[in-house]
Amino acid sequence: MEQRTSMSKGIDWLLVWIYIVLVCIGIISIFAASYREGEDIAAGFLSFKTEYSKQLLYFGISGILATFILLIDSKFFTATANLWYAFGLALLLLVFPFHTAIKGTNSIIRFGSFNLQPAELCKVFVNLALAKYLSRVETDFKKTRSQLIATAIAIIPAILAIMQHETGLALVYFSFFLVMFREGLPAGILIVGFSLAVLVVATLLLEPNLLAIILTVIALLTIFFMKRQIRKSRRILFYIITIWAFCVGVQRFAVPFIFDHVFRPYQVKRIYVLIGKDYVPKTEAAALEIELNSKKNKKDDAGYNVKQSKIAIGSGGVFGKGLLRGTQTRYNFVPEQQTDFIFCTIGEGFGFLGSVILMGIYFLLLMRIIFIAERQRSVFSRCYAYGVASIIFMHIAINICMTIGLAPVIGIPLPFISYGGTSLLSFTILLFILIRLDADRQMVLR
Amino acid sequence: MSVFNQSRSNIIRLIFIGIFLIIVVQLFNLQVISGKYEKLAMDNAVYPKRIYPNRGIIFDRKGKAILNNTVMYDLTVTPSQVKNIDTMELCNLLEIDTAEFRKRINDARFKNGPVRPTVFEDLLPPGMQAKLEENIYKFTGFTLVERPVRVYPFNTAGHILGYVDEVDTGRIRRSNGFYQLGDYAGRSGLESYYERILMGQRGMQFLIKDNKNRIQGPWRKGENDTAAVAGRNMRSYLDVEVQQLAEKLLTNKVGAVVALDPKSGGIIAMASGPHFDPNDLTGPFKHKNLTRLLLDVTSPLYNRAIKGQYPPGSTYKPLGALIGLDEGVITSKSSIGCLGAYYACRKPVKCTEHWAGHAASLRLAIAWSCNSFFSNTFRLTVDNPKYNNSRIGLQKWNDYMNNFGLGHRLGVDLPSEDTGNVPDTAAYNKEYRGSWSSCTMVTLGIGQDKLLATPLQMANAISIVANKGYFYVPHFIKQIDGETKEDTLLNRYRTKHEVLSHISDEDFETVISGMQDVVDGGTGRVARLPGIKVCAKTGTAENYLMIEGKRTQLKDNSMFVCFAPRENPKIVVVVVVQNAGFGATWAGPIASLVMEKYLNDTLRKERLKEVDRVALANLMPAYYPRMQYREDSIRAFKRFALTKDSSSIRKYIKKPGFRPSTLPKKESKQLPVQNNPVNKPKDTLKPKQKTAIT
Repeated sequence: MEQRTSMSKGIDWLLVWIYIVLVCIGIISIFAASYREGEDIAAGFLSFKTEYSKQLLYFGISGILATFILLIDSKFFTATANLWYAFGLALLLLVFPFHTAIKGTNSIIRFGSFNLQPAELCKVFVNLALAKYLSRVETDFKKTRSQLIATAIAIIPAILAIMQHETGLALVYFSFFLVMFREGLPAGILIVGFSLAVLVVATLLLEPNLLAIILTVIALLTIFFMKRQIRKSRRILFYIITIWAFCVGVQRFAVPFIFDHVFRPYQVKRIYVLIGKDYVPKTEAAALEIELNSKKNKKDDAGYNVKQSKIAIGSGGVFGKGLLRGTQTRYNFVPEQQTDFIFCTIGEGFGFLGSVILMGIYFLLLMRIIFIAERQRSVFSRCYAYGVASIIFMHIAINICMTIGLAPVIGIPLPFISYGGTSLLSFTILLFILIRLDADRQMVLR
Repeated sequence: MSVFNQSRSNIIRLIFIGIFLIIVVQLFNLQVISGKYEKLAMDNAVYPKRIYPNRGIIFDRKGKAILNNTVMYDLTVTPSQVKNIDTMELCNLLEIDTAEFRKRINDARFKNGPVRPTVFEDLLPPGMQAKLEENIYKFTGFTLVERPVRVYPFNTAGHILGYVDEVDTGRIRRSNGFYQLGDYAGRSGLESYYERILMGQRGMQFLIKDNKNRIQGPWRKGENDTAAVAGRNMRSYLDVEVQQLAEKLLTNKVGAVVALDPKSGGIIAMASGPHFDPNDLTGPFKHKNLTRLLLDVTSPLYNRAIKGQYPPGSTYKPLGALIGLDEGVITSKSSIGCLGAYYACRKPVKCTEHWAGHAASLRLAIAWSCNSFFSNTFRLTVDNPKYNNSRIGLQKWNDYMNNFGLGHRLGVDLPSEDTGNVPDTAAYNKEYRGSWSSCTMVTLGIGQDKLLATPLQMANAISIVANKGYFYVPHFIKQIDGETKEDTLLNRYRTKHEVLSHISDEDFETVISGMQDVVDGGTGRVARLPGIKVCAKTGTAENYLMIEGKRTQLKDNSMFVCFAPRENPKIVVVVVVQNAGFGATWAGPIASLVMEKYLNDTLRKERLKEVDRVALANLMPAYYPRMQYREDSIRAFKRFALTKDSSSIRKYIKKPGFRPSTLPKKESKQLPVQNNPVNKPKDTLKPKQKTAIT
């Protein structure tokens, strides 16, 4: 009895309820997307063969796991954070020799009937490790060295994920920059990062020579307007020339290199489709891979998925067609509709109203997490909370922007809603560790 | 508590809000503002299937179905399901080779994709269908699918009933979306004229299909579906036995028979020779047969009863007499001294009768068909002292003719009726630059010159005579089953037209008596029927045709018009047999047989021999074989010019080794147009004003 009281004490029930509501919406959506006419609904839910009943099973497992997490002393997480990180990296590395090829990704290890995707799970560990590092007494985050170490903690798994061709999941690790920003990473770095992104997009959109000329003109103009300062200190000129050389280097060598060697040809094609340009594969092998990929993932030329997804969401109108009445999602026009394109089912079935309500729930979740973060006494808990918010936010933004045609098609699940055991479990762990930490917010954790 | 970098918390919140706002704005844009996605989703998933109802049936006056529906079978294939079948056996059954088989499978795959059924062979002949039906279980992926087809149980009346075929692009465009590619519609005859009634109402079934175009079931449980309503049946005036008899009598003849009921305007029979078997234009060989009929220079598809324009010749004379009587230029006692020709004009008009007194009265003049008398009557009509101007006189005559229903379309319920021709003053003003007199067109008085009429128009004119002044527009359809106020199609056929009721009954009686004399003792004695007073008029019309650039006089057209019985006319028959000589020789017997069949419902035994005699007579004009040879050889050379395949022209080359380098330019004639069989006026007859006999 006493145990029970201590366990539930301080728990943020609002978060728990939001969590339950989101998972339920998820199960209903998966049901709507995969239910076939004439199936017995009750039997379908209890058979654990259909996808919606499997998700229900995962929900049960998640519940047990969540209870366990709530029972654990919060000191446990700070103490073992680095250990978990090491464990996560080990799992990621184990993928290379032991992966199973499923759906064109190399990131899954199979245990019997359970597919584990370490890249998905690892973000929890990275979040713990980063929080741990940032909360150390000896860490002075103003030092560049500390900033580099923190960046490395976040980026190493991302690089491993990219090597496993999970670009989408890798992208999520960049959300940790938000945490670092909160903890004092100079805003300049984010601005530089943003400029870099603009440079990359410009590289794709403009002729290489034209862009080089524009960059040069900008550099010359800067030199012209900063004549006086340059006269005072030659170093400014040196900086300007270095930045110019760097930009041209990125534009001329780095981007083509990344596109040729890091991304898969079909991913490159998706990016090109999004910005509205034709992609001509450079090698025959690349062309062949695009061809093969489009055959494997039925009609997966990047435009088709987005087009069908937009039709599904757009045809929902204001109030939606109703549950199980969406023609786009019911008859397989939208690919991957239980996992990455699950938002289409909601958009088509429940319309603008339903979509906005879902966005509202997510927004409430994020705001609540940030509110919780700000009330923490311990730096560890605060960093961890910001990590949770950033990861969930990144997932939502990329996934939904992809379905409504604002982002390239990158396979990334919608938190708590998409079908998938690893995804649901890792988000559950992520969130319930936060709830546990928050329950003990009076303690000062190191 | 850390207040360190607190403001950055708000920046992060702002970033979240910003991205969420962008998403919501895009959602608003997709789901609320842009309306196109709903339609796109419908196009994706909903397949509107048209349900075609059975077309209406047409019955004859005794309730026999003369145009009915039957079921034939298409063989369809679903390429993805074709596995482990005995291709050779199937090919043998279908009488195709394996190369053709593979080609068709590939075509089907290309056309509809591998998982949807596509027609492999349409309208299987019954024998082939039976063999396939037994063995179809062996050929997985192949299915026999029912398809409704029109059938003509009596093999008759092809010209009247018409046929159905897929709509062409022009019709689709004109119909404002009513017809779609692949729909069937009446293409000629009653099928075309009563299309809206016969076709019924198409139903719509909305089906759901998935991303591979597989049908998944009804859309919204079928709540938007509409049921098909079958086409309505129609009752006609046609008598199928009379029709069959008329067609039989026209075997190997070029011409037309029209029989109509003068009291109602209902058409009892309408035959055109040469005719065709309408069942040739349904079923598996329809396109082959259609091509054959289109390439035949005798134009079997051409309905000469409404499109053949013939000079009426002497059959016009009863009308001329009535006009003369009504205008007061002649009386029943008028006479003329004729000794074989009419000399009043520069060129004499010959007359077949030479003996004195054959034109001693109007009745005698009609009975003996005196050309002199009617030439004179016509001149008196034109030069009527009442008007003191032959232009007004001719115009008056023109008005009478128009009232007789000549010179314009009557409005029969068939498409593409022809107008015939009644010349007016303008035509002569143009041709003779205004200087003409009644002598210029004196042969109009004996139904020649520029006067042209279709057999149907003549039948209508004679029914006005029989009715003493009124007529109903000739038509086939008596009533539509389940007729409502909205069905206005038949209203025009139920209006009585009192066009010439101002002519006195005595005048009519005089002319009708003359016509009766024709049969009783005049030129048309062949048409006599025991116990029935038949009134008739023979005609032997001169005609000319441009053959290979030369205007050639052909043998006279044999014409016969008649009605019976005199007291209460029940049938009017008009017969034209092209280039068959005197009216009484061939047209007379045909008309007589048709009348007897209709009035007595049967033929006397001794008359059956007469039927065989007429039916077996081959009166095909002699120029046709040569014309056919010319057309065929020109076509063969055109094909040779296109394909460089000399096999098509080999049989037309006289000297071995002779190869024409180009087409003979002078001879190149238009190939028959494929899409409209009735628009082929190959035998427009050029009348001549000169002389005419009887």
